[in-house]
Amino acid sequence: MTDASKSAKGDLKLSSLVKTYGEFVAVDDLSLLIPEGSFFALLGHSGCGKTTTLRMIAGLDEPTSGSIHIGNTDITYQKPYDRPVNTVFQNYALFPHLTIFENIAFGLRRRGIKDVKEQVDKVLNLVELPHLAQRKPTQLSGGQQQRIALARAIVNRPALLLLDEPLGALDLKLRRQMQIELKWIQTEVGLTFVHVTHDQEEAMTMADTIAVMNEGKIEQMGSPADLYDSPRTAFVANFLGQSNLIKGRVVDSDGDANVVEIHGQKVKVLKNRSVAKDSSILFGIRPEKIRIQPGAHQLSGCVLEGGVISDVSYIGVSTQYQVEMPWGQELMVFEQNDDGIPPLAKGDPVKLSWETIFSFGLDGSEDASAGSEVNPDED
Amino acid sequence: MTKTSRWLSKNLIRIYAVLGFTYLFIPVIYTIVFSFNNSGKSNLVWRGFTFNNWRNPCGAADVCNALGNSLKIGFISTTLATILGSLIAFAVGRYAFRGHGFINSMIFLPMATPEIVMGSSLLTMFIGFGVNPGFWTIVIAHVMFCISFVVVAVKARIASLDPRLEQAAMDLYADERETFRKITFPLVAPGIAGAALLAFSLSFDDFIITNFNSGNVNTFPKFVYISAQRGLPAQANVIGSAMFLIALIVVLTAQFVGNRRKTTA
Repeated sequence: MTDASKSAKGDLKLSSLVKTYGEFVAVDDLSLLIPEGSFFALLGHSGCGKTTTLRMIAGLDEPTSGSIHIGNTDITYQKPYDRPVNTVFQNYALFPHLTIFENIAFGLRRRGIKDVKEQVDKVLNLVELPHLAQRKPTQLSGGQQQRIALARAIVNRPALLLLDEPLGALDLKLRRQMQIELKWIQTEVGLTFVHVTHDQEEAMTMADTIAVMNEGKIEQMGSPADLYDSPRTAFVANFLGQSNLIKGRVVDSDGDANVVEIHGQKVKVLKNRSVAKDSSILFGIRPEKIRIQPGAHQLSGCVLEGGVISDVSYIGVSTQYQVEMPWGQELMVFEQNDDGIPPLAKGDPVKLSWETIFSFGLDGSEDASAGSEVNPDED
Repeated sequence: MTKTSRWLSKNLIRIYAVLGFTYLFIPVIYTIVFSFNNSGKSNLVWRGFTFNNWRNPCGAADVCNALGNSLKIGFISTTLATILGSLIAFAVGRYAFRGHGFINSMIFLPMATPEIVMGSSLLTMFIGFGVNPGFWTIVIAHVMFCISFVVVAVKARIASLDPRLEQAAMDLYADERETFRKITFPLVAPGIAGAALLAFSLSFDDFIITNFNSGNVNTFPKFVYISAQRGLPAQANVIGSAMFLIALIVVLTAQFVGNRRKTTA
């Protein structure tokens, strides 16, 4: 145990991190800078390498190559118990033979701290479970165990707190509540949180910055709004929310926008919202940005004509339409039910329109369905 | 008719259970009852009730010497077999190494070998090495066949241990030694204790292998077997009953403590 590493503070830096298992590349040349004090989420399907990345940061797996730094301290090959890093495990991993108090005091005692009571009580109050100190883990509900696992980690005030799908075992309602609580606790204690999840909503609710991972690489990184509004790959566009991605060609330029031809109709995308490398483009628009109108209306912005409603789902706050376009593709449209007009019916001919600022352009060689289906590896 | 059959279908499982337990317990009850028999030379016929046998358990010639030997051998071989067996269990249960599968299957061999074969070949071996059979040859033989059972019992416990608990301990600043002392060992300990109890009862109980390798040393099972030919003294029943009661108390205490741990804290 070197004191230098225990007191290591600062940004977490992963440099060209690689982890292979035989032929399989779990993490592929990953470089990442996570600023001190931020709430960072690694988001992806299971098997995308996010948990492996987390385990390497915790010291439970050794990287094949690359390095991990906290501030200026290299922790790549340090033992887990020498790192200023604590983990909230997916199944909580509370010690079944110890009381809640002793579970939380475990890390403090190992570091030779004698008077643990005050710190343990404080953190028990933080997670609002002071009355459970003398219970055993099996006597607690899932949500309570989750909070104790969190308390056991943050009581050590690590430079870095890792959360491995921490809410995966909770039901939806409890998960929502814990999302808000976790975010609040992170703000309260001011530690750097690195959170691994496959739940895009969870990542967007809590994290300041999200890195979307796919096949061992980071697809895109940014704030939740950034990723949602301006996806740069089809995977991100489909994995975070839903997107309509349509193959087209850039045929002209109009000021700060490109004109894109889609099966004979022309729409626009802002140049700074397109990452297409050449004239081949995957034109994208989110379903809730589209306005849907029966045939005769005059429309502004981008317009696609000739649609026929093929399916209508009324889900209370909104109505979801599937619209079949003349070239056979089905587009999704979400309409808020805020205008008192009854939903359109199946078979109605419609026009679709949206403001040009909402459309985005992806590289034309991409697979339009990437990331939209549940990964076969998903458990 | 339908009433009877309905009653039967409702209570069949109970009747079956009562019959089953009767079958299991009649011999035990018989042993206990006959420990109070005012027997003469042979304890085969009921001759009236007495506490004399319980007041004087060492009354029959050599019975307490044999019992003492059995207890000593039991304690020594249990201790050795539990330590060695637990170490093997940790090795094969936790680590991958060359010959892992081979060792894993070899462990079962002593359990699968007929005792009569093992006993006789052990004797051949001891004589081949010029060792006179006696107290320590019994211990060696008992340790040998107890180890397998210990390994199997402890390995099962280790297999059910979530490796993430140890990872969590390491994550919380416990080094390898502390992780073992504070987490791994306490969690595997009930398995080790169970294995030790099993080993002791196997050792205490063994007649066949012991009979081959004991020379002049008498053990309790050997004493019972030999004296049965000329009439078993009631003291054998007294000791048998006492062992049964002690075992019962141990099991009940363990269960009581286990339950208390679960409900209070």
